[in-house]
Amino acid sequence: MNLMGLFRSPQNELEKGGSEEAGITNTCPHCGALLPLSEQWENLNVCSACGYHFRIGPRERIAYLTDENTFLELDGNLKSKDFLNFPGYDQKLRNAKLASREKEGVVCGEAKICGEPCALFFMDPNFMIGSMGTVVGEKITRLFEYALARSLPVVGFTVSGGARMQEGILSLMQMAKTSGALRKHSDGGNFYLTVLTDPTTGGVTASFAMDGDIIMAEPGATVGFAGARVIEQTIRKKLPQGFQTAEFLLEHGFVDLIVPRSEQKETIAKLLRLHKRGNA
Amino acid sequence: MGAYDKVLLARGKGRATGLSYVNNIFEDFLELHGDRRFADDPAIVGGLATLSGMPVTVIAMEKGSETKEKVRRNFGSPNPEGYRKSLRLMKQAEKFHRPVVCFVDTSGAFCGMGAEERGQGQAIAENLFEMMDLKTPIISLLIGEGGSGGALALAVADRVWILENAVYSVISPEGCASILWKDAKKVKEAAECLALTAEDMKRLEVVERVIPEDRDLETICQELRTQLSEELSALSALPPETLLENRYQRFRKF
Repeated sequence: MNLMGLFRSPQNELEKGGSEEAGITNTCPHCGALLPLSEQWENLNVCSACGYHFRIGPRERIAYLTDENTFLELDGNLKSKDFLNFPGYDQKLRNAKLASREKEGVVCGEAKICGEPCALFFMDPNFMIGSMGTVVGEKITRLFEYALARSLPVVGFTVSGGARMQEGILSLMQMAKTSGALRKHSDGGNFYLTVLTDPTTGGVTASFAMDGDIIMAEPGATVGFAGARVIEQTIRKKLPQGFQTAEFLLEHGFVDLIVPRSEQKETIAKLLRLHKRGNA
Repeated sequence: MGAYDKVLLARGKGRATGLSYVNNIFEDFLELHGDRRFADDPAIVGGLATLSGMPVTVIAMEKGSETKEKVRRNFGSPNPEGYRKSLRLMKQAEKFHRPVVCFVDTSGAFCGMGAEERGQGQAIAENLFEMMDLKTPIISLLIGEGGSGGALALAVADRVWILENAVYSVISPEGCASILWKDAKKVKEAAECLALTAEDMKRLEVVERVIPEDRDLETICQELRTQLSEELSALSALPPETLLENRYQRFRKF
């Protein structure tokens, strides 16, 4: 399958550069390798030299994870309002919409993965780094309610800088709201798998990211509660290399497994099959 | 009074801290220690007491008053152990059909290396998840600073009340100002924008009740004793399914 048309993030350069022979390359921020864009896309936006996983948006995830034409988006039209008249928030929302080409920081829906039906959410690194406001919380809550009503498992990809301060205390309340919906879904005997991707921090780490029955992570993803800068200011020293990475969390017992992008579809399908209801 | 003045009052020197409420409201508080996993966190005090003859589980964040005490209590910034101790005591409360009363006062969950290594985010997440399903009444009182997720981890409750000069916020005004304007001096502006006062909480329906502070601590606590005991009796009379569904809807509306 030709995935090129589906991956849109560096599209501007493609539009400017015209044809593929133009030899457009991207530099891996981790190892510095020059990656031809076409190759990078075919490789699911993973550096072929060092395995660095570039941040990608919901549509790219849907393309490599779900069975073709099975994704049905839910609540795709919910949009945030600037109900506190917070300075600059309106403009920030407009920029986020342009940068992500989405209406909000999470895309929710239902799809099949290797034939296994599931509800899915994908937070968006290009929409205010997946910051969680009332609409993000509402969409995720509705998804869990939807999945509970249909006895569907939920697979959630997290990316977040934390709660959205432009929505004040009501963004904090989303942590409690989503936790309630998760809890009901869980009490119904349904499976919830989280996949932590770069970066997952703050209020999202302290709520639905860490509540999965099984917690998966993408290699190298930054995952933590407090941001590195805040910790460094608190303890007044530099953090060691590799602090708050997926590998660090695995070592400390907070992640079940680290799965590279190329193996995620297969691994998720396997986990969905193992948690199928009525197998016992 | 501006929002930032409220923040300063909430943090103010000499402001009553968690244990003073506990000792003034309950007569026979017995402290219980430890999370049974790693340590005992002095930033959160938990234990048993009676309220008008009714056994209750009490959990209070405690900042400490004197310098030495403040250091020992980490200035009221809990580590994961504090949240895990709280959850252990709440689970016990559920088992023995005791209601839970929480006192919230923290600038936030501690942002240290050890806290990250031992899963600060996971500890808070687990509290939110479990408190949503705790089959016994919970009332949380915001008595000073309600600092983000670290405060919410003791405030997923059937009733949330706030002291008149306490604040509740997703981020500190300092943090907000430095992220938003790269200027820590714009704290006043940030505090206004964040809508973090008791009045804001009532307007946004985040709390049910604002407790006036224009009286001495003893009078406030005497009133709280009566109100807590009335409210807990009413909540205890509800069938557990109703209690939990109401708690779910209380947060579902946001």
